[in-house]
Amino acid sequence: MKQLTISKIKEGTVIDHINAGKALLVLKILGIHPDSTETVSMAMNVPSKKMGKKDIVKVEGKFINEEQLNKIALIAPKATINLIKDYEIQKKFRVVLPEFIEGIIKCPNRNCISNSNEPIIPKFHVWFDGEVIAKCHYCNKKVQEISEYI
Amino acid sequence: MSRFRHLISIDDLDKEDILFILKKAKGFENIAKGEMNSKVLEGKILANLFFEPSTRTRMSFEVAMKRLGGDVINMTAQEASSVAKGETLADTIKVVSKYADVIVLRHPLEGAARFAAENSEVPIINGGDGAGQHPTQTLLDLYTIMKESSLDGIKIALMGDLKYSRTVHSLIKALTLFNTEIYLISPETLRLPEEFLEGLRNVEIAGLDDVIDDINVLYVTRIQKERFPDEEEYRKVAGSYKIDAELLKRAREDLIIMHPLPRVDEIDVSVDKTSHAKYFEQAFYGVPVRMAILSEVLSEVVL
Repeated sequence: MKQLTISKIKEGTVIDHINAGKALLVLKILGIHPDSTETVSMAMNVPSKKMGKKDIVKVEGKFINEEQLNKIALIAPKATINLIKDYEIQKKFRVVLPEFIEGIIKCPNRNCISNSNEPIIPKFHVWFDGEVIAKCHYCNKKVQEISEYI
Repeated sequence: MSRFRHLISIDDLDKEDILFILKKAKGFENIAKGEMNSKVLEGKILANLFFEPSTRTRMSFEVAMKRLGGDVINMTAQEASSVAKGETLADTIKVVSKYADVIVLRHPLEGAARFAAENSEVPIINGGDGAGQHPTQTLLDLYTIMKESSLDGIKIALMGDLKYSRTVHSLIKALTLFNTEIYLISPETLRLPEEFLEGLRNVEIAGLDDVIDDINVLYVTRIQKERFPDEEEYRKVAGSYKIDAELLKRAREDLIIMHPLPRVDEIDVSVDKTSHAKYFEQAFYGVPVRMAILSEVLSEVVL
């Protein structure tokens, strides 16, 4: 019998069905880094019926808000979220791709104003067309390999 | 109320907006020629912020504003590099939007105009940002096509540097709103980037010889020397993209030739005398079209 190598959490946010290999990027999108206080456990390349392989991220003691979580759809459109309280799933939902993203993707166009020293937050229009596509709000440059620009 | 507050990209306008501006421009032609006086923008100040040199765009905006009774302050590329040293565009815009009622911005970085609009208290008109957008040029190009040919059902060839020419990029987007067939004529290395082809119908890559007897409009752009690794390569390529009177013998009688100017030698002077040459008219049309744009973005205050 298969068993997860990371244990259940008492309270917090579980992000499941992340495309294999993208767990670290998910943390980056959520703004979780070595200086953060959250306890995070992560499983990578977990066998999955639906996805072949998947990653899982568990953030303890924190309910991450939906808007923040939806940004994960940029790199893991099939990700599901479980909000856990007292070891029970309180709410379960799938991430929804936002139409507009601020501050996550960096424009690949080096001549774009968003890559200058201006006080500017990169902004992208986002949609799904077989894959997730983002277009720079400022210079209109399209980004297809989004993972590379996060 | 004006139909739009800023003019950043031709994409921000729908077909109705475009036709509205073109119609408005037509009404301004007499004033643009100096045959009539106008004071509709009296007391208004336009700030030209040019972080990159451009004589034509800057001057025609200045003329447009002055012909409508308004006034103009200028920051040239030279001043931009010395005076504004270290200052962000955001700050420059915040300051100048307190001085002036409308700002025309030309900037070397793509997206600069949209960013400027976010920081401005007054309307921003994009006078060209990097390889990006140049919507006022597009509107004057459309105006020229409308006046000298037709905007509906024509065949137009875009020739020259289709890769880097922002004039071409903006124009091609706008032409798709109209029922036109578009031919793209360029050296292999200067072809239109994929992203501009998206969603376009009736677009074909062609050779000049194949289409010259069939097209209604030939839009020529300059092939720049610096796009080529060496002088010889440049001369070889540029030489095959030249228009002269001889070639035009095969053209339709009503063919019009356009060029955003300045030209170097891609259109031979022998063409100037023919009825096909419309590039100097085109340059003039920049004035009534920019008058229409200025009066539109300022109309909340003016009316």
